[in-house]
Amino acid sequence: MTVLVDKNSKIIIQGFTGKMGSFHADEMIKYGSNVVGGVTPGKGGSKHLDLPVFNTVKDAVNETGADASILFVPPAFAADSAMEAADAGIKICVAIVDGIPSHDMIRIKRYMRRYTKSSKMTLVGPNCAGIISPGKSMLGIMPGHIYKEGRVGIISRSGTLGYEAAQQLKNLNIGVSTSVGIGGDPINGSSFRDIIEKFETDDETDAILMIGEIGGPQEVAAGEFAKENMKKPVIAYIAGLTAPKGRVMGHAGAIVSAYGESAIEKVEILKECGITISKNPSVMGDTVKSVLEKM
Amino acid sequence: MDIHEYQAKKILSDFGVTIPRGGIVYSPENAENKAREIGGSRWVVKAQIHSGARGKAGGIIVCDTPLEVAQATDKLLGKKLVTNQTGPEGKIVNRIYIEEATDIERELYLGLVFDRSSESIMVVASTEGGMSVEEISKEKPESIIRSKIEVAVGMQSFQARELAFGLGIEPDLIRRASETIIGCYKAFSELDATMVEVNPLVISKQKQILALDCKMSFDNNAMFRRNQVSELRDKTQEDSKEVFASDRGLNYVSLDGNIGNIINGAGLAMASMDMIKLAGGSPANFLDVGGGATPEKIVKAFKLVTMDEKVKVILVNIFAGINRCDWVAEGIVDALKKIQIKVPLVIRLAGTNVEKGNKILKESKINYIEANTLEDAANKAVAALNK
Repeated sequence: MTVLVDKNSKIIIQGFTGKMGSFHADEMIKYGSNVVGGVTPGKGGSKHLDLPVFNTVKDAVNETGADASILFVPPAFAADSAMEAADAGIKICVAIVDGIPSHDMIRIKRYMRRYTKSSKMTLVGPNCAGIISPGKSMLGIMPGHIYKEGRVGIISRSGTLGYEAAQQLKNLNIGVSTSVGIGGDPINGSSFRDIIEKFETDDETDAILMIGEIGGPQEVAAGEFAKENMKKPVIAYIAGLTAPKGRVMGHAGAIVSAYGESAIEKVEILKECGITISKNPSVMGDTVKSVLEKM
Repeated sequence: MDIHEYQAKKILSDFGVTIPRGGIVYSPENAENKAREIGGSRWVVKAQIHSGARGKAGGIIVCDTPLEVAQATDKLLGKKLVTNQTGPEGKIVNRIYIEEATDIERELYLGLVFDRSSESIMVVASTEGGMSVEEISKEKPESIIRSKIEVAVGMQSFQARELAFGLGIEPDLIRRASETIIGCYKAFSELDATMVEVNPLVISKQKQILALDCKMSFDNNAMFRRNQVSELRDKTQEDSKEVFASDRGLNYVSLDGNIGNIINGAGLAMASMDMIKLAGGSPANFLDVGGGATPEKIVKAFKLVTMDEKVKVILVNIFAGINRCDWVAEGIVDALKKIQIKVPLVIRLAGTNVEKGNKILKESKINYIEANTLEDAANKAVAALNK
């Protein structure tokens, strides 16, 4: 999907010279992503992985024309880094890091209100696997080879469950236009609704697979949006049918605290919105296939 | 992270909220002295456990003499209290809070939470204090008033005033009520809380506004910058296996079933539990070893799952990405050299280098059942259970 990343996206790595940043920068470069440099405050002017290192995101943008970034900074500093990216004119920023305080996420989102819609950075994550447009670019930490190029969009809160879906689709010879991991935190940069809207206008996507879980209002909000505004078919799976109420299931955001947040309730509401439900996680691929065959 | 009532009250009092006089005790003798020290003629003895609904479970006792206070303390200390929030095993009472009794005129409800829809802090208030917020929203939904707070500027006086007037508080007390509400908001926003609930917030016959009971929860992700709060953690109130897990960087939730799980990724873990249920089984736990599934984490995960006596079958489901299946398989083989497994073991690997991974497992001569898909894994785990 050209809305988020493509072959021309110029990527910088925030937290470039750290262990995580170095490892995944290398993986992204091997996949063919256009990584143009990175930022580590205090190490500006040096080279890392044969690429320039900058002190600030602004310097990196000015020198390289970067428009995409990915964060590998520790949780305590992640909010600051995301806001720095937004201010420097980055268009898409992926926060991989797990463990950003919720109060910090709210701060980031309030900060972003200073930008007009057209100049506002899209933040994806935190606590996510990132974005991949198979064959074009990877702005994330996923295993690129499990994604076949194609025309199904995937949006998932969970990383590994998103991989599971991509693999099932590949086994059925179905490819993916873009896969977006929105992350498992209670407050995230982009919601299901934000991304589903981008897929609806993307001419490289025919259908969308949405992989949700217990907790929070975002799956239902996306369902209601789809019902009112979308022509493309949406398929959904919601994990956590057996999850007990009031307990956090791994992801900070996976907790049922209100009506409509359990898996059963979400499935019922999504069905009413005209969304096709994958009955269990083993048939996500088959369910997408049957929907595509009916188109 | 949850804290005790007395700890939450101390925090609120630091933020200008009035609380009844009280003190924490660990023995009956201590309790009797504390009652005399507090003074007055009636006291409330309150068991400190991480749960609401303590009153119905017998955890709150009103006493008329210091001797009764000592007796009530003796009765509660060391006891396991079972409430509708603790599960059948209950929670142990190690601390008792002694408080002067309050002459209550009105009971109100005040709660602050993160609102995930609006991504702001929501203050919820109701005239129906003393009931749980779930009961209030079911039985008296019209009594609930809400106020959304713009976190960038914080709670404004007018917002607190609107809530106070909305609760029907008399004009003379509005100022004090507003200060109380703003104090709760400040505690929430300045300490990285995720929930503050004062229930009931009371108006006493002496026209004081008091936090009579209080619950607070905090964002685990923010504890690195809240040392004073993180020190309040009481591990005796948590499931021992869950403490073991969280100390080792694993996400674990203890459940009632008998199929133990070791899975990478929270979403995949929930999905695997769903498959077990659909296959007719029941999961003993939720366990996410993290997307990476490093060999060290796998060893720790096996230790943890084998600690649980309910577990009759273990299901390992790993989707390896950048951490290849062969590496994960070596981790599993290593772990099984260190830990004896006495129950059937089902392993499903998927993702990068899956053939290599399965080959390593086969050649290692460990005793296990190989599965290929999520569904296959769940079916085989349930079948192994029934053998």
